[in-house]
Amino acid sequence: MLGRTANDLFWMARYMERAENIARLLEVGYRLILLPHQSGEDEWRSTLKTAGCDAAYLERHTKFETSRVVDFLLLDRENPSSVTSCIEAARRNARAQRTAITREMWEALNSAWIELDGRARQAREPNELPALFDWIRERSALFRGALLNTILRNDTFYFTQLGTFIERADNTARILDVKYYMLLPQNEIVGGGLDSAQWATILRSVSAHRSFRWVYRDAFKPWHIADFVILNPQLPRSLRSCYVEIAAALAGLSEYYCADSDAMKRADGTLEMLSQADMVTIFQRGLHEFLRDFIAGNSELASEIAATYHFND
Amino acid sequence: MAFDEMRGTGKGRRCRDPYASIGPWLDGQQEDELRRKSSQAEALFRRTGITFAVYGAQEAAERIIPFDIIPRVLSAAEWRRLAAGIEQRVRALNAFMYDIYHRQEILRAGRVPADLIVRNAAFVPEMMNVEPPRGIYSHIIGIDIVRTGENEFFVLEDNTRTPSGVSYMLENRETMMHMFPELFSQVRVAPVERYPEDLRATLESVAPVQLDEDPRIVVLTPGQHNSAYFEHSFLADRMGVELVEGQDLVVADGYLKMKTTKGLERVDVVYRRVDDDYLDPLTFKAESMLGVPGIFELYRAGRVTIVNAPGAGIADDKSIYSYVPEIVEFYTGRAPILKNVHTYNCRRPDDLAYVLEHMAELVVKEVHGSGGYGMLVGPASTSAEVAAFRAKVKAEPERYIAQPTLALSTCPTLTEQGIAPRHLDLRPFVLFGDRMRLTPGGLTRVALRKGSLVVNSSQGGGTKDTWVLEE
Repeated sequence: MLGRTANDLFWMARYMERAENIARLLEVGYRLILLPHQSGEDEWRSTLKTAGCDAAYLERHTKFETSRVVDFLLLDRENPSSVTSCIEAARRNARAQRTAITREMWEALNSAWIELDGRARQAREPNELPALFDWIRERSALFRGALLNTILRNDTFYFTQLGTFIERADNTARILDVKYYMLLPQNEIVGGGLDSAQWATILRSVSAHRSFRWVYRDAFKPWHIADFVILNPQLPRSLRSCYVEIAAALAGLSEYYCADSDAMKRADGTLEMLSQADMVTIFQRGLHEFLRDFIAGNSELASEIAATYHFND
Repeated sequence: MAFDEMRGTGKGRRCRDPYASIGPWLDGQQEDELRRKSSQAEALFRRTGITFAVYGAQEAAERIIPFDIIPRVLSAAEWRRLAAGIEQRVRALNAFMYDIYHRQEILRAGRVPADLIVRNAAFVPEMMNVEPPRGIYSHIIGIDIVRTGENEFFVLEDNTRTPSGVSYMLENRETMMHMFPELFSQVRVAPVERYPEDLRATLESVAPVQLDEDPRIVVLTPGQHNSAYFEHSFLADRMGVELVEGQDLVVADGYLKMKTTKGLERVDVVYRRVDDDYLDPLTFKAESMLGVPGIFELYRAGRVTIVNAPGAGIADDKSIYSYVPEIVEFYTGRAPILKNVHTYNCRRPDDLAYVLEHMAELVVKEVHGSGGYGMLVGPASTSAEVAAFRAKVKAEPERYIAQPTLALSTCPTLTEQGIAPRHLDLRPFVLFGDRMRLTPGGLTRVALRKGSLVVNSSQGGGTKDTWVLEE
């Protein structure tokens, strides 16, 4: 496979994952500001921060108004992280690699892209927004389903898996990092100072709101939330789950190419750490520091994969 | 009144033999139903991404070529005759190129003027005395044929550089089989689906000779923004080979290599869809970013095969075209089976005088133009347009040729005004390597505007599925 092909497959999957994540962040934020006593201003600030585009937003706008934030994160083609930009970038990568992906994957992506402009209208109608969020989630699921059902289990599969889960791990860690202070144990002792709607928001951001109760069977407690989203292997968006997939993909590549890689060793190390860690130690070491190191390590791993497999030679 | 592929020249409703099944089928269809199928087909093309880019068009950067769902049908006997003529032409044109790039016997014999070759932009002097594998220069050829009567077929153009459209031939058939399966059970249509296999076998057969393993083939594309990008990726995919850009290739250790996830790997055959000028900045245009520095030297040394060969354009140059009947006779010793359209070369003073006088009746083309750009269809133009073109031809006569306006045959086509005859042409695709491989049928292009004779997709043309009936 061409190095450029690997690069495009990786980014195609990354952008599709990002499109869904941005849409979910927006959906959750939108839901939260409808509740009484919530400040839209603060919520949108942290949503944009999680999406990694708060600075870019402030270059263009002065106030965190709902309609502007929605427009910026859903439609704005100047914002490389908007859902529209992500779907366009994913399609561009896919189009460059039509030969490497299956017809089903291409059609799932291409039909999303074709429909995109027609859907833009919905983003400007508050009553239509939930339907739009549903649509984005469906398109992402359709793409992912087409991928899992049709793709050959060779390097093509492994590079798309890496793109998906590196992006997902980054997203989950950022959600936590922006709101980590809500998860600190002292907040629970303070009690009532923070409202459980905020905790629910964190869970909703990683599609874990309902499943949490099945796993922990008690009310939201900050360290359980942190444990679930960071260390629990049952939750498909937890950091540990992401690294199970990343390590498996890198092991698959090593086997397929008959050569071990430093990237694989690095991912194995991170997975080992996540499997053995407990929340007590993480809180003692500092949750923010832990997440900051994780995000940096995750991004270094992405660079290492790119270098190992000649993405940009 | 033009010859109609379905009804012939008669006024009656009787169908010609090849249309014996299609005619009654078409009569039995509701127009609404055909329209519904037609928009289904369009949605299918769009979802599949069978698009092309129109140069100079800002809006809708990716368009689909309109597909007409009424097929164009050729009988087995008609096809046999066309096939024999096409094969003869392809052999002769390759022999011509071998000669031009070696001893130039045909120039010494005075059958083709020497300055037409040496001063031609499509002639590549760097190719002199290069030995391409099997002596073939143009392995992939599309011959444009038009029809004006029951037995009147003419070659309009030989595309010996990088003919495009074969992906439409294949996708049109897929679409028709998807939408009208019952029709295919009634009519025995020769399949076209072997083309990608044939293409791969052809490319393998011209690999450099000293190989100890299976040749590695790639398709070289200028990239996503090229108007035929869909076709490049389509062909690579159907052959199961990598689609590469210039940036993915490099010359290293005396071979052409591609940059893979495992490092550099050797490439043996390049099916390039990049023009000669852009192929190698060291030999041709220095500013080209699309090609591979050093690839031409490797080719000369027989380390890699470039398909079609650099310089293959000398055989489809519009100023050479009028000599093709001579060329066929010179190399095959036989009269051409397929006729040429009479062509006026404006570089000849007599021809120029005739063209300037009769411009309103003629089709005038730029020698180096393609895709229907830069041409004048006299009878369809205003007198101001004709006058403007006349000035251009006067200023640079050697840049133009002219041909009589032919009454191209028509075929029933679904139009906004109902089913109506529209003019069409035919581009069969030939592969030439260890042997000649000709796919039955080809791409039928149809001028969708009433009365229009310009079938190019860039000028509002559409396509039809082309059926060759089995005996």
